[in-house]
Amino acid sequence: MRAYKVYAIERGTVIDHIPKKKALQVLEILGIDGDDDSIITLGMNMHSEKMGSKDIIKIENKKLTRHELNKIAIIAPNATINIIDEHKVKEKIKVKVPRVIENAIKCGNPKCVTRHQPVITKFYSIDSEEIKFKCHYCEKEFYADEVQLL
Amino acid sequence: MNFKNKDIISIKDFSKEEIIHILETAKKIESRKAKPSLRGKIMGSLFFEPSTRTKLSFESAMKRLGGRVIGFDSAEASSAKKGETIHDTIKMVEIYADVIVIRHPLEGSARVAAEATEKPVINAGDGANQHPTQTLLDLYSIKKTQGRLTGLNVALVGDLKYGRTVHSLLMALSHFNCRIFFVSTESLRIPKTYLDFLASKNISYSEHENPEEIIDKVDVLYATRIQRERFPDEAEYEKVKNAYVIKSSMLSNVRKNLKIMHPLPRVNEIDMSVDKTPYAYYFKQAAMGIPVRQALLCLTLGVLK
Repeated sequence: MRAYKVYAIERGTVIDHIPKKKALQVLEILGIDGDDDSIITLGMNMHSEKMGSKDIIKIENKKLTRHELNKIAIIAPNATINIIDEHKVKEKIKVKVPRVIENAIKCGNPKCVTRHQPVITKFYSIDSEEIKFKCHYCEKEFYADEVQLL
Repeated sequence: MNFKNKDIISIKDFSKEEIIHILETAKKIESRKAKPSLRGKIMGSLFFEPSTRTKLSFESAMKRLGGRVIGFDSAEASSAKKGETIHDTIKMVEIYADVIVIRHPLEGSARVAAEATEKPVINAGDGANQHPTQTLLDLYSIKKTQGRLTGLNVALVGDLKYGRTVHSLLMALSHFNCRIFFVSTESLRIPKTYLDFLASKNISYSEHENPEEIIDKVDVLYATRIQRERFPDEAEYEKVKNAYVIKSSMLSNVRKNLKIMHPLPRVNEIDMSVDKTPYAYYFKQAAMGIPVRQALLCLTLGVLK
């Protein structure tokens, strides 16, 4: 039997199937910097049957909001969220990239009006071979790995 | 089809039927089958950056139908200089005007303006993003000279990488099953996203480096200006700039119905010797901005349906 490389938690959230090297960005989205005392376990470049390699995050005593889930979906569209209670998986949620994303993505176009005026950003996710995000205002399109979050 | 209070922001917002309706309305106005009046209506003309053709064309369109124009023609002359946002400027202008025409260098600015008011907003160019009234007058010119929009052979020549007019025209032509010939240097080729888009709509296209390869096969040749500011290297600009000069010597075996178009201003893309040939249409094309903009003003103000 293979020893666990990431410790189990009693209660909290496991974010699995994060693309490799994106775990730190997910922590940033969630505003987690280890300042409170809950246990955070981070696994990077772990082996995955499905993805080759992946990142994983376990956070004790944390429930994610819809807005946080949406933001995670932008950079980790295939992530799975496991809600853990008494060491057991109580619920499994696959994140879904929302069709309309408001106030989460910073437009990558330096000439976009949203970069210069107080305008709430709005993007549409476009389902093609790879997910792309289109700015409602300047109409420029960006791949998920080009996207900067607010 | 109800255009009253509709915003004209991006050609991508319009269906084929809506585009045809706008062009038919323009035709009725130009042929005087429709004689609408914009008496008592005020157009707010907000030009945050300089423009000659577009600004004068909108003003002329409005005034010829009896309407009046208020506004400014540079950011220096507006409260933007004091740091006022587009949103707040529009909130103020909507009190005074029935329809708002905006040109602003920031991309997406016209959409921001449209969201700030219930009054119709017409985009007269938002940076490198959209200029829908130019595209509509290009389509109107094609329809007028060729008698149809469907099934034409259209060549797009010049700066296909950055050229806003080319991208918008391509989007609009995609409704009409035209055969597209792209002519550019390697460095100014049409971006792949547009080729993928054409493929997804089963539209035939080919890419070329020399206009002489295709000039005899096309009904419309649409040339664009190669902008100096796009090139970090002056030497590269000089090389590319002279690569596609359309000269009258190239026109000996072209189709009789060929029309050469250009959004203007030209630098040297079309040699002046072409101006006198029956194929030159670029100056007449600019004049088509009047009926097209009149149609848009009448439709969005609810004066015509």
